[in-house]
Amino acid sequence: MIEVKNLTKSYTSGESILVVLKDLSFSVPEGQFLAITGRSGSGKSTLLYQLGLLDSPDAGEITVGGFHVASLDKDARTQFRLQKLGYVFQDYALIPELTALENVLIPLLMLGHSREQATKDAISAIEKLGLQDRINNLPSQLSGGQQQRVSIARAIAHNPQIIFADEPTANLDTETSNSVLNAFLDLHKQGQTIIMVTHEHEYAKMTDRIIVLSDGKIIEDTLQ
Amino acid sequence: MSEPRVYTRSPLKTSLSLGLFLALRQVRRSSVGTTALIIFVMMLTFLNLVVVRGVLVGLIQSSTNVFKEKYAGDILISSLPKKDYIEGSSEIISIVKNLPWLTTYSPRYAESGTVEGTYKERIDFTESANLSAGLVTGVDPELEEKTTGLSDAIIEGRYLTPEDTDSILIGANLLKKYLPIEAPGISLLENVEVGSRVRLKINGFVKEVTIVGVLKNKGEFDQRIVMLDSSLRTLIGRSDYNVDEIAIKIKPGVDPEIVKQALVTAGVGKNARVQTADEALPKFLKDIKDTFGLLGNVIGSIGLVVASITIFIVIYINAITRRKFIGIMKGIGIDSRAIEFSYILQSVFYAFMGVVVGLIILYGFLVPFIDAHPINFPFSDGILVAEVSNTLIRAGLLLFATIFAGYIPARLVVRQNTLDAILGR
Repeated sequence: MIEVKNLTKSYTSGESILVVLKDLSFSVPEGQFLAITGRSGSGKSTLLYQLGLLDSPDAGEITVGGFHVASLDKDARTQFRLQKLGYVFQDYALIPELTALENVLIPLLMLGHSREQATKDAISAIEKLGLQDRINNLPSQLSGGQQQRVSIARAIAHNPQIIFADEPTANLDTETSNSVLNAFLDLHKQGQTIIMVTHEHEYAKMTDRIIVLSDGKIIEDTLQ
Repeated sequence: MSEPRVYTRSPLKTSLSLGLFLALRQVRRSSVGTTALIIFVMMLTFLNLVVVRGVLVGLIQSSTNVFKEKYAGDILISSLPKKDYIEGSSEIISIVKNLPWLTTYSPRYAESGTVEGTYKERIDFTESANLSAGLVTGVDPELEEKTTGLSDAIIEGRYLTPEDTDSILIGANLLKKYLPIEAPGISLLENVEVGSRVRLKINGFVKEVTIVGVLKNKGEFDQRIVMLDSSLRTLIGRSDYNVDEIAIKIKPGVDPEIVKQALVTAGVGKNARVQTADEALPKFLKDIKDTFGLLGNVIGSIGLVVASITIFIVIYINAITRRKFIGIMKGIGIDSRAIEFSYILQSVFYAFMGVVVGLIILYGFLVPFIDAHPINFPFSDGILVAEVSNTLIRAGLLLFATIFAGYIPARLVVRQNTLDAILGR
């Protein structure tokens, strides 16, 4: 499903160049729940941004479903993200003036769904996350855990091929984190491919596979 | 896992539709105070566009209106250049009387003359006399009243009656009391009031008359001395009944140009100059009108630029403070056109609401109020000219400028790197 070959990414700061990802190669089969871990600055979030087409690598190839995504232009990347990918961000990243339902609706409307169909799909996604009684609440009226579940609902509503989650439990208490992770596990059981960046080892252990990064290199790749 | 759905609408239409969706919610859920403030600023900007020009043009429009309504009527027949009066006036008046569009008319005699006051008290003849010069105008009081409502201009005393053979009305601009200026070459009557006996001198003919009223309507008669036509005719020996000008008022809705052509066709043009009121306007008034119109347009253009900058700043601040969310929307695949369109719609909404509120204030309050309480300028009673067509053009211009003023800042923010926007770097 995802093929990564010789992926390299560096950032320039003044005159110094910081190589964040160094010649990474790996693949992720369809339906796998992959955890990427590592210490701060190891490059795990940078890797997620490359895989999720939010950033472009300096060198190397990324293939998603047999499609070379590195060669896509800006608009095509946006289209690709919309159609094939779903995102869950660390800080929920909900649009503050939109209700839970409307936040989930917008990618569906962008896909060209009719309002009626989009609303049906959005409610269905929200119900999967157990928030059906909160659909008309604004993000400011929801708890952190509820906001993150709305964020997951937004990520899954359009049935993406892959869901990317960047430290989805980082800002949550243990109980809420568990409920969010359970939501991912439920999706995984339904065959959803998920790539999650986390620094919490106990959550990484619940996935199919753990890739550990250090200084931009894979130092461990464990199937569980 | 099921395959993603395909587009059922064109991407542009989808983007516009989603842009509308986002804009409606952003406006609806933004702070009421902030929205009200932005609309208030837009309303002021719109009023600035319309009112400044409207007052400038209104100053002259008021003078023009007074010229028409209080002096020239709709058509003014006057003597040909180099002629002292209108030859064949009686025939011309007969033609005028038979015009099918006629409401009323007023023939006038006019001769340059002077009025000297306090001449009986004058002892030192080395000092200049207390006199003022003006155009002495002989009118039929009833016809003049019907044509120009001259009695409305009386600010002191009373209007003429057919029995006032030895009386005059005097224009306020000939009296120092009403025009207190000291300038070389300008002589104004002092210590003269209603009831004063004054000496009227025209072409060497002298007559002692009584001032029965003072005229002031910021128009032509402010500079004139008005008396009965029969008295003036007798005084200057105008036994041929040839007049100097005829003001004609026609029925409402009739094009003065048609009446003018009818008069010319009837042969009036041979002995007289036939002009519509607009044509008869003094050149300086036309020039000032054009200049003020141009000035109003320049000020209006500056207002439009200020409005555009205001909207630009508002939308830019709005977009820059929401940069992270714009990045997130792009990150989850929302087309940048949808986001830009949402900001354009917001700016158009603010401008539209500002225009609507501005229109209500303009036509519901400002125009009727200034009509009822004209701005008191020395040369005219300023009104607010706000023709609907002109106002709508300015509203359209403002909305058009707003589209760009909303688009540019939105574009500046939307085109920033998606990841940088999400991470706030």
